Amino acid sequence: MGNAIIQVVDLYKNYGAVQAVRGVSFSVEAGEVFGLLGPNGAGKTSTVEILEGLRTPDSGLVRVCGLDPQTSGNEFKQNVGAVLQSTSLPDKLRVKEAIELFAKFYKQRADTNKLLEQFQLKEKQSAYCSHLSGGQKQRLALAMALVNDPQVVFLDEPTAGLDPQVRREIYDIIEHLKRENKTVLLTTHYIEEAERLCDRVAIVDHGKVITTGTPRELKHRAAGTTRIEVRLTRPVIDGILGRLEGVADSREFDGTYVLHSAQPPQTIVALVKQLQLENNELQSLEMFSPSLEDVFIELTGRRLRE
Amino acid sequence: MSTTWTLTKMRMRLAMRNRAFFFFSFFMPLLFLFGGVGFFTKGSAGWTAYVLGAILTLTVIGSFWGLSVQLVTFREHGVLRRFRLAPVKASDMLSSSIISSYFLTLPIMVIEIVVCRYAFHMRSWGNLWAIFVLVTLGSAAFSAFGLIIASVTNTMQETQMINNLIWMGFLFLSGATIPLALFPGWLQRVALFIPATYLATGLESSATNMASLRELVTDIVALALGLWVAYEISRQLFRWEPEAKAPRRAKVWAVAALVPFIIFGVWENYTGVRLKQINRNYHALSSQMAGFLPGHK
Repeated sequence: MGNAIIQVVDLYKNYGAVQAVRGVSFSVEAGEVFGLLGPNGAGKTSTVEILEGLRTPDSGLVRVCGLDPQTSGNEFKQNVGAVLQSTSLPDKLRVKEAIELFAKFYKQRADTNKLLEQFQLKEKQSAYCSHLSGGQKQRLALAMALVNDPQVVFLDEPTAGLDPQVRREIYDIIEHLKRENKTVLLTTHYIEEAERLCDRVAIVDHGKVITTGTPRELKHRAAGTTRIEVRLTRPVIDGILGRLEGVADSREFDGTYVLHSAQPPQTIVALVKQLQLENNELQSLEMFSPSLEDVFIELTGRRLRE
Repeated sequence: MSTTWTLTKMRMRLAMRNRAFFFFSFFMPLLFLFGGVGFFTKGSAGWTAYVLGAILTLTVIGSFWGLSVQLVTFREHGVLRRFRLAPVKASDMLSSSIISSYFLTLPIMVIEIVVCRYAFHMRSWGNLWAIFVLVTLGSAAFSAFGLIIASVTNTMQETQMINNLIWMGFLFLSGATIPLALFPGWLQRVALFIPATYLATGLESSATNMASLRELVTDIVALALGLWVAYEISRQLFRWEPEAKAPRRAKVWAVAALVPFIIFGVWENYTGVRLKQINRNYHALSSQMAGFLPGHK
């Protein structure tokens, strides 16, 4: 990792008795979009806020652009931009004022008018920040993260709680950042976000990185299996679905049986026969091609959004 | 400095967009002025100057509420943590509170003085230079006291409760609302430990007796020391994060801001000069309006 612009080694962070981050290590190369993918409470925000200099780690090494966020002060802040998960702006600050205000804090400044146009905020430039919709607020947060034309951009759950259309708009913006060769560290619990946007992903759970790789590499770990999700009118005998033809793995989550199968047609035929034997019926059956969700299930035994 | 100035402009702009700010910072002081002068002075130019001193004091100690309360709201709503990501220091946030509060208070004080001079026929302008120095130091010092409260309280509710308690003390024990000369002796001695007393007596002397800066040196030094200590303490205790709670020792540090006034209070009680002067001034003015004011003999 000779070209690592972000380096995290054996990072720990506790809040009282709660161990939020437990030995996280990863590195991000310049120009890369790197994702921390994991469920809520996995330690993603704590990790990224330590990288932003907002929280102090208990131990471990952190470097961003070769600088320690804890001790490098303004030199560090000049090089990074961030969208925080929980933050806000003064209610009676107007959109254009907010962007210009934050731009003035930095030595290097992006063209604020260009940012307003790029983030489709020109029409709303005189509106109070408190009067913006969720999507507009998030676009403003992104614009403000770029006012100093930073080398590294931290995006903590940038699309959480947004409707699908707005989410896609944010994806376009992140893809634009990628084309501009910005280094982006993104945290998310949306599978499709990580798969679509990230060059590499670290899957995080219970404060630990459980695996790292490109989305393709990680999906390959699912060994080319297809995910079959079925709901039945009655529960089946324990472990019976795992013994069906072609099934590599079978788990139950809240009444939904998730099977990973290398031979989906044979598995479905075997499933139907088994249900006939048990006098059970199918309520629904869905098939999915391998995704990072499958990797997560395989490694943790849980679903991402449990 | 440019960051502080940028924040100062932003905070002034936000205050100007707030109706409550206009009510408490512009309308209320003028209401007090017209009420005070109309009710108490009965056309006496000497008493108009005395009331002006008191009204200026009330306006200046209003900085105690000022923008420090806004900082608590900013912290609670996560606004401060967004500023923390940028190259903004705690001292920038605190200084911008003090400076913007000062610039927002200054125009109303100019209006108060002009109104007293022309509408209420105050005989002279008083010692304007001394008034300016006291108003500047007083506004900064009381803003800084407010910042300490903002630093040691965890919620807006707590801030308002403590602010109200302290505000009442400033209001009624400093001589700004009830003349100190009307207090019993023991209470006059207690008043010498109240920061607002140094502002009130200083402004009253400069408005009524044209007191020079040299004569006001104790008031000026007390306010300057108070400002310095309060600013440093609030800088040390400043918190960006909504979930970061004030440690217990923070409240002890807050009390340390009173140390300059405890020292001056002990000194003034020992010499007794200030109390004599306060009583002499009041009775001299009272004699101009024999029989009208309470406490007059």
